[in-house]
Formats: sequence, C-alpha cells, structure tokens
Amino acid sequence: MFDKKSIKKIKEKKDEWEKNCYKNLLKKHPERKGKFENLSSNKIKSLYTPEDIKNIDYFKDMGFPGEYPFLRGVHATMHRGRLWTMRQFAGFGSAEETNQRYKYLLEHGETGLSVAFDYPTLYGYDTDHPMSRGEFGKCGVAVSSLKDMEILFDGIPIDKVTTSMTINGPAAIVWAFYIANAENRGIKKDVIGGTIQNDILKEYIAQKSYIFPPEPSMRLIVDTFEYGSKFVPRWNTISISGYHIREAGSTAVQELAFTLGDGLEYVRWALKRGLKIDDFAPRLSFFFNSHNDFFEEIAKYRAARRIWAKEMKKMGAKKSRSMLMRFHTQTAGCSLTAKQPENNIVRVTIQALAAVLGGTQSLHTNSMDEALALPSEKAVRIALRTQQIIAEESGAPNTVDPLGGSYYIEWLTDEMEEQTYKYWDKVERLGGVIPAIEKGFYQREIAHASYKYQKEIDDKKRIIVGVNEYQIDEPVDIPLLKMDEKGEERQINRLKNLRKNRNNQKVERNLDRLRKVAKGDKNMMPYILECVHSYATLGETCQVLRDVFGEYEEPVIY
Amino acid sequence: MKDIAEKVLQGDPRSIARLITLSENNDPKAIDAMKKIHPHTGKAHVIGITGVMGSGKSTLIYELTRVYRKKGKKVGIIAIDPTSPFSGGALLGDRVRMTQLGMDKDVFIRSMGTRGMLGGLTSAVYDVVEILDASGKDIIFVETVGVGQAEVDVIKIADTTLVMIVPGLGDSIQTLKAGVMEIADMYVVNKADRDGVDQAVAEIESLVDITCANKDRKTPILTTVAKKGKGIKELSDEIEEHLKYLEKTKEFEKQRRLRYEAELVEIIRKRLMNLIFDESTFKEKIEDLLDKIRKKEIDPHTAAEEVLSKIIK
Amino acid sequence: MSKKIRVLIAKPGLDGHDRGAKVVARALRDSGMEVIYTGLHQTADMIVEAAIQEDVDVVGLSLLSGAHMTLFVDVARLLKKKDMEDVLILGGGIIPEEDVPKLKKEGIAGVFGPGTTCEEIVSFIKKNVKR
Repeated sequence: MFDKKSIKKIKEKKDEWEKNCYKNLLKKHPERKGKFENLSSNKIKSLYTPEDIKNIDYFKDMGFPGEYPFLRGVHATMHRGRLWTMRQFAGFGSAEETNQRYKYLLEHGETGLSVAFDYPTLYGYDTDHPMSRGEFGKCGVAVSSLKDMEILFDGIPIDKVTTSMTINGPAAIVWAFYIANAENRGIKKDVIGGTIQNDILKEYIAQKSYIFPPEPSMRLIVDTFEYGSKFVPRWNTISISGYHIREAGSTAVQELAFTLGDGLEYVRWALKRGLKIDDFAPRLSFFFNSHNDFFEEIAKYRAARRIWAKEMKKMGAKKSRSMLMRFHTQTAGCSLTAKQPENNIVRVTIQALAAVLGGTQSLHTNSMDEALALPSEKAVRIALRTQQIIAEESGAPNTVDPLGGSYYIEWLTDEMEEQTYKYWDKVERLGGVIPAIEKGFYQREIAHASYKYQKEIDDKKRIIVGVNEYQIDEPVDIPLLKMDEKGEERQINRLKNLRKNRNNQKVERNLDRLRKVAKGDKNMMPYILECVHSYATLGETCQVLRDVFGEYEEPVIY
Repeated sequence: MKDIAEKVLQGDPRSIARLITLSENNDPKAIDAMKKIHPHTGKAHVIGITGVMGSGKSTLIYELTRVYRKKGKKVGIIAIDPTSPFSGGALLGDRVRMTQLGMDKDVFIRSMGTRGMLGGLTSAVYDVVEILDASGKDIIFVETVGVGQAEVDVIKIADTTLVMIVPGLGDSIQTLKAGVMEIADMYVVNKADRDGVDQAVAEIESLVDITCANKDRKTPILTTVAKKGKGIKELSDEIEEHLKYLEKTKEFEKQRRLRYEAELVEIIRKRLMNLIFDESTFKEKIEDLLDKIRKKEIDPHTAAEEVLSKIIK
Repeated sequence: MSKKIRVLIAKPGLDGHDRGAKVVARALRDSGMEVIYTGLHQTADMIVEAAIQEDVDVVGLSLLSGAHMTLFVDVARLLKKKDMEDVLILGGGIIPEEDVPKLKKEGIAGVFGPGTTCEEIVSFIKKNVKR
C-alpha cells in the first residue's frame, strides 16, 4: 500500500521524533506505566505509523466488504443496509414468565429472540429429576417438554422473528421442540429461522455443560447440519462460540484461536460424513465476546473474518456464502462488577460499540445487575436502549469498517492472526482439537490466563473501577428480579399431567426406535422429532441417548 | 485415644480420617493409637502405582477398585500429589477422578501432599497404610506423585508395584529413569489405543530381558485402556498372581521386612528431627549453632556432633 | 512438617462455571494450604463424604447458578448432622446480599461474591479456622 521510499522517510522521521520530541517529554513526564500491554499480553507501542503495516496489500489483505477476504465486512453495506439484530438473551423460571419477558423485549424494540435455559434443561434433565433439585428456573427457563415450548412462544410470531437458543448437550432435542411447535402452529420448517448454539467442543473446553463423550456428540451435531441443510434451510445449526472460552478466563487471542479452531474441526467432521462444504457452511455461525480492551476486540473480529475466509477457501469452499463469517456478540459478563453496578452500563456501552465497529451481525448487551442476579425489567431495558442509542445517535453504523486503515488496528489485526496460527501449530502437534482437549491443553491455557488476570487485579496492577480502586462504602441499592415462587410446583404438576395424558405406548415405541437408530449410524433428527411430537420429555429422550452414548468425564486442570 | 483406635478397628470413616490427620501432623496423640492398631495389621495387599503425570493412574485405580468391589473386597486409596516447595501448599487433584467411589461405604479415599519428602512418598504414608489396613481394607492402593524420577520409595511400602507408561508421552521409557523402571513388579502400558503402543511394549520388553535374565520371575507387561475399562480384568488377575507368587516364594516376608525397616527408619528420623528442630529445649541451641556456622566460628560437622552428643548420652 | 490447613473446594449441583473455584484453589495452594477439589456436579452427600474422609478444616462451596439457598443449605445441614460443626463453611459465586443473613444462620460463616480478592479469602480462613 505504501511505496518503499515513503516508508523509509517515515521511519527516519519517526526515529527523529522519538529521539527528540518524545524523549524530551518523557524526561519531564514519564508515561503512566513502564509497559503497556493489552489483555492478550501484547505490547502496545505509543504510536503506530505506516511503517508498522508496510507489507499490507490493500487488495489481497483488506479488500472490499462483501468480498473475499471479508476483512472489512461480510456484506457490502453492513449496518448501512441493515442494523445488527438486537437480540437480548433472556429466560428464567417457568415458560409463562419468560413468555412475558419476550413480549416485553419485543415491545421495547428488540429485533430477535434469544432463549436462556435453566441448568436442568441444559443437562437434559426434567424439572422433577433428583439432580434438578434447587436449580429450576434459576439461570434460565425450564423446558422439559413440547408443552413448555408451546407456552414459551405463545402469542409470538415465530414465522416473522428469529430465535436463538443457547443449548448444547441436548440441542438436537430442544431444536426438535421448536420445530414441532412451529409445525403444530401451521408454520412450515422451511420458514422458521434461528440458531441453536450446539457447539459441544467449547463445552469440553469452557462452559462444561456437556453430556455425552466427543464422538457421539459430534455425530449428533453433523446430523443437525445435514437435517438443517435439507429441511430447515433458514436455520443456523451451530453457533461456534468464543464467548464462554473468554468468560472462563482466556485472552482475546486464545478466544480467536480456539473458536476458529473448533469451527474448522466441525467442518472436518461434516466433510468426513460426506456432506458438501457449500451445502452446510453457509449456515455455520459464530458467537464472540466483547471485552474491555476496545481496539483489541475490534481487531479480533476483523482477524476472525479474514482467517475464516482463508481457511474455508483452503477447505474447498467455492460459494461466497460459505466463506463469510457471520457472528453474534455478547458483551463480557465477567467484566461486570457487583460493586457500583451502575458503572456496568458504561462498560457495556464501550464493549457494545466495539462490537458494532467490529461488524457484528447480532448483539446482546448485558444488564447492569449482571453480577447480582438475572436482569430486572429496568436493567434489561437500559441495556437495550444502549444498543438503540449507538444505532440511532452515535453515527457509528453509518459507514462500513470505519477503523479500517488505522495503522494501529491493521497492525493489531495482523498480529492476532499470526498468533492464532501459532496456537494452531501447537494443537496440531498434540494430535488435533479433540486430543488436545483430552490432554487438557485448552483448559491449561485458560486456567493460566485466568489466574494471571486475577493476580493482576489482586496486586492492583490492573485497575477495576469500584473494585480495587475508587471504592465506596455504600450498600448496593438496585431492585433485583424476583421470580414466581410457585413456578417449580406448577412445572412438576404439568409434567405429571403430561405423562398421564399422553399416549404412553406411542412414546415408548418412539423412544425405542430412537435407541436403535442411536446404536446404528442413521441420522437421528427425524426420530428425535417423532419422540418430541408424541410428548416424550427432554429427560426421557436424553436418557435414551445417555444409555447408548454414555457420559463424558473431564480431565481436571487448574 | 483408646477410643479412636477402637473406632478405627471398627472401620469408622471419621476416626480413620482423624487419625490420619493426627499422624500427618506428628501429633503425639496419634502415637498411642498407632501402637494399639499395629497388631491388627498385615492383612491388606498393598499395591503401589507410579508413573508420569497424565499416565492415567487415578483412572486405573478407579477401574481396578470396581473389580475388587465386585469381588466383595474393601478398598483404601491413598493419592499423593506434590507439595509446592515454595508455598508449602498442594493441589490434591486425584480425588476428582474417583468421586463416585467415595460414596461406597467400603471404599476410603485420602488425598495427601508429599509435604517435602523426596522419593515421592510422604513420611506419614506408612502410618496411613497401617490405619487403612487395621480398619479392615483388603486392598490398599498407594498412588504416587507423577514426577517419574525419584519415586523409588514406593517399592518399600508396596507389596506389588505397578509402573505405568503411556505411549507417545515424550520418550516413554527414558522419562522414567533407570531406578524407577527397575522397581516394577509389572508394567502397565495405558492409553493403549494410541499410536506407539507396540514400540513402547518392545522397549520395555528389551529392558525386562536384561533385568530379569537371572531371576525366576519375568516381569509381565500389560496393556490397558483404563478409560474404556479394557485390560482391567487381566491386570487384576495378574496382580492376584503376583500376590500368590509372593506368598509361595516367601518374597512376601522379605517385602514386609523392607517396609517395616523403612518405616522404623522414618519414625526414628521424624522423631529425632522433631526433637532437635521443633522442641524448645534444643531450638535455642540450634539457632545459636546456626549463627556460629554462618560466622564461620564452627563448621557444620562439629555442630552436628555437638547436637548428637546431647541426645546420645 | 507442621500442621496444614486442609480445604475442600466443591461445586454442588449442575453449575459448570469453575473459573472462580479453580483460581481460589490455586491461591489457597499458594498460601500454603492443602486443597482438594471435588470437580463438578456434586451432591451434598458426595461433598460431605469427601469432607469426612479428607478430614478437612474448611469446605468452600462455589455456585453461580442461583441454587445456593437449596444446595448450600443442604451441605451445611448434612455437615451438622454428621457432627462436623468444627468445619468452617464458606460460600462463593453469585449470591445476592439479601440471601447472606439466611445462609449465615444455617452455618455458612463467610460469603464471598464477585470482586473478592484471593487475599481476603486466605485471611478469613486463617483467622477463622476452628481446629
């Protein structure tokens, strides 16, 4: 992009500036810290110039939005054409309560739905299972059967609005609930749109809500790719996630490297099954975190797009849609504080802005009470307004990739890409993604990074406003979400009645058929749908798979 | 402390745990109890398991315990992890892989830190083995620190010592240097579904050929995939065989004698060190001597002689 | 070798967020304690059985899923039933201020929410350990 003579001159002039203007000021006023490092421990210089990006070829390395390598954006117009989807992750208590919250959010301007399930549901247990004790509805909505799904979306136009469901171990079954509910409402499978998270690799690495061991889990996931590409074409059958890896304590570079590495692993498994890359790749989607270091996050999203495009091309993708990376972003929960929670509104704003400038397709902004409880109505409304203010008032979405060409951003983007490939080399040498997981590689990296981060905070080398500096002694005084205390009882009764009133012979037969198919190698989705349509519960269906596949036990790494 | 000894003999978990703690902390209350339970020991088969970190020791013990439980045997497991030489603390992480077992009334699992002992075994282990033995355990596993180098001590305490190898973990045989490889009563190549199994087995075979050339028992080599439960039955059969071999050839007596010798030495050492460095009568004298050594007024050997002369009258 | 403080760090229930538990475990180790981590998905029975066999001085419960009023209380009551009242019980995770007094009444001596430093937990243990 720059000719050699100009670069040489810039270097000369910069050296001059450094020796004189810069050093002279340093003598009188030293910089605030000895060294400046971002959250991935990359050293940040005081100034970036064209010299730092002298090797960039605009056409090869940057290009135009909507075209390979998609560095500047996946669509030609990006947010000028369509704003990102405002999709607030929500769910608590029983389906009735959450249904109310969805209606509230849609009323206040959110443009997509996102379902948070409670722990028993995430693990494939019904509300009345012994392991569910005390957990009903506490961190998401309880969905034990098709009946709950019906109540959850009652009165909501699921043919017009898309739904993202954060579910992994039993994702195929919960997706089946959604599909069956739509069908029962007369809405065809090829009309509904949405996403299931369905990313088991990051469960093993970070979020830990896995059920079965890797091989059968991967098989189930490829089953959903296959089924989706044939029958539910508007559905993203996976949301390859870095959010949780980051929340578990990884750095931004690790988030980037591990997530994209997982993505490529899914592609490999699908190809091994015999699926054609251009048939399923367009429906792969991603999910990133947006943490505190503003510029690092923006560089991360850009690097992600370019790396993915390059790798998909290497894998043999021919269609543009197979190479462009679409992603949802959530602002970093782990960066929010319990002390002076109002400050979190500010943190979330910065993080949300980074996601927008980074070109996200969809965004969830956390509520200020994140570190205290599930969001109250007021808190979630402010979070939604944050997005709306950025959209309508800040001017940020009015041009594509506004930070493109910044010497700092382009340098950092390249740097993060390079470091990603270094991580991939390490994983290669360990035998690949799944062997690396079993050997505890990712978990060790994450444990190390999270310990380092905490030490920096404890030692005050890293300041968290209100926590280790600028503290006040006032008690926290914001209203917290209260849930319906009778919800659990209602749910258990609902399950009792469901089991009594359905055709139990049909359920048995369907579960049996699923068991046989699970032991074989046919695609399980149609059989799961049959079970679900006959009102087999989540727990019953999942138990069949547990019996056949077994349960995963993790290697514990500190 | 008659109370606690009796409860231990009855198999009460709380008392077993409590006595172990007292013993680990060199609490004088433990000594009486240990004296009382000793006549009731000697029945348990002590199996030592050693190998580098990541070789799957805990998983193997879990699987073997299940086999023994099916046969109605009671099992004790001592899982030892390294104590940090800097902080004095330890992350005892072996129990994690065995949590299901802990709920079985006839299985007792205790995690211990090395607390500064080289050789991979904490000095209290001898007491812990006796405690578990006296409480009625038929089998006692001693799982040692996965450092792989200085773990030779486990041979003194165990009747049967298993050395675990994993193919592809660096230089599988070289990582366990000479001393460690020779202590094995049997070798277990775990994670045998990985590449490099045949090579690992071949390497061990050539070692066995050399070391067992003039012995009447050739050290067996077994392969397992502990996580999948493969090869476990064969392994437990082989362990039974070894026990029979020990009894038949009176090796058992020799082995026990080794253990008691090591134990006696260890108790004497601990008590002496306790006397000299911890009890106030000597502490001042020691402080004084250390000061003199630093100032070069006296040398360490002479200082030692001074201390010893006070004890050995 | 002198007496060591032995701590059991446990994750009751289905919550899989173990970042905090592991960081605390490491910090306690670095301060000279022996730490036994139970792993995920523990029931009250499993936690208390481990506490008995390991003869711990402290049981630290970590939970971010909101189920603490049931699960922490289960553990505290079972420890009491088994005559283990000399064990110091601590709780950490996402626990609203208003639930803390109820937990303290059940025997949980200290509750450490987000923003707690590792040093705070270490000093609390050293100051309050009962044995």
